Amino acid sequence: MSGPFAAILARDLRLAARRRADALLPIAFFTVAISLFPLGVGPEPQTLRQIAPGVVWVAALLAAMLSVTQLYAGDLADGSLEQMLVASGPGTLDKLGLVLAKAAAHWLVTGLPLVIVAPLFGLMFDMRGEAIASLALTLALGTPVLSLLGGLGAALTLGLRSGAALLILLIVPLCIPALIFGAGAVAAIDAGQSARGHYSLLGAFLIFTALVAPPATAAALRIATE
Amino acid sequence: MSSSSFRLFQFAAPARFYGLAGALIPWCWAAFAVLAAIGLWMGLFVAPTDATQGDAYRIIFIHVPAAWMSMLLYLVMAFWAAIGWAFNARLASMTARAIAPTGAMFTFLALWTGALWGRPTWGTWWVWDARLTSELILLFLYAGFLSLVSAIDDPRRADRAGALLAIVGSINVPIIYFSVKWWNTLHQGATISATAAPKMASTMLTAMLLMTLAFWAYAFAVVFTRARAIVLERDRHAGWAQASARPARSATATGMQT
Repeated sequence: MSGPFAAILARDLRLAARRRADALLPIAFFTVAISLFPLGVGPEPQTLRQIAPGVVWVAALLAAMLSVTQLYAGDLADGSLEQMLVASGPGTLDKLGLVLAKAAAHWLVTGLPLVIVAPLFGLMFDMRGEAIASLALTLALGTPVLSLLGGLGAALTLGLRSGAALLILLIVPLCIPALIFGAGAVAAIDAGQSARGHYSLLGAFLIFTALVAPPATAAALRIATE
Repeated sequence: MSSSSFRLFQFAAPARFYGLAGALIPWCWAAFAVLAAIGLWMGLFVAPTDATQGDAYRIIFIHVPAAWMSMLLYLVMAFWAAIGWAFNARLASMTARAIAPTGAMFTFLALWTGALWGRPTWGTWWVWDARLTSELILLFLYAGFLSLVSAIDDPRRADRAGALLAIVGSINVPIIYFSVKWWNTLHQGATISATAAPKMASTMLTAMLLMTLAFWAYAFAVVFTRARAIVLERDRHAGWAQASARPARSATATGMQT
């Protein structure tokens, strides 16, 4: 099972490494989007500290949604997606495994870098160390949710005109719990409360999404390609 | 699964449904007119004026039934879409697509009347209350369903993709509701609450129930009308559809001449 899974994962990572500019675009978007907020809201440290968790989380959510549109588009265009879906027998991956491998690749290429650079923005928004650590932790728990749900949106809108805008409309409402618990945990830490409840709920939402989204994505791929 | 096991539902054949729905639509409109007239009369004239809110509360007779319908219709839509997908029942998928715009309309109506109600009683058009926010997200879910099915040209794929989205959405609705509720209690000390409604007089309850039934009748009438149009469009090459569309076509032709 791990053989073909690792193969698909390695293939997607290699593809991302060969198109480095494309892979860096979500981070660039994230950076630009976050930098707009102090310009729009004003540079008062108190205000910035208060809005920082929400701003970083919203920017991460939108960055994930923008980058995930291409998750299956390239494979559909060159026909490899169909081959991967019809492949069977030893050494091949079933649909569920394929979906999970693609989501894992997307998370490693976009989600993980967001988790790594988010603390920098925490510093720029004058957040305390504890809150920054909490921000990184909630992003680490929450960005896989975005990759999984985004994969569902990418499969549903596969090959459609204006698929990118459609994906945002379809998937963002479903991501709202991740945003609420993610930004809520950081706000709770900032207010001197315990964020354990938030972490638990975010973790529960991640587990729930990991159980529900891959079968739904596999079904969506079947609908889109048949 | 073969379609033969579904002979039981003889009105699942689009041609029969077309005739039946056409016969039922006038009755639905009549029921809507009667129920809405009685309900509005009771709500606007019979029900007593509220001690704290005055007459402003009377929008409840539109607002609450619309909010109920908006949530119910999403579930009904998801149910028919799922049936259509699982059993390859075309009519069920067409029904789901016919329900969606009406559900979205009721969601919008609930939000709009809520704003009109909030202005005199809370002093603001909008608060980020758990109920209001979830209703807004419900509107987004409807918008997502409508735009997804309209973006896909192939009707089979559109039906199935829409079904999948509606099912995932209906699984998510309770999660969204509770997360929004919790977010709301954490973020703002809610001085105003939509739940602290005064005790209701029995005339108020009767009027509200009558309005709910009226909205049901309206939903049936509109959904049947829309479903008939969808059926006719999809089966336009079938003999029965051409036969039933011909009188209408000649009528419009003469209408254009005069």
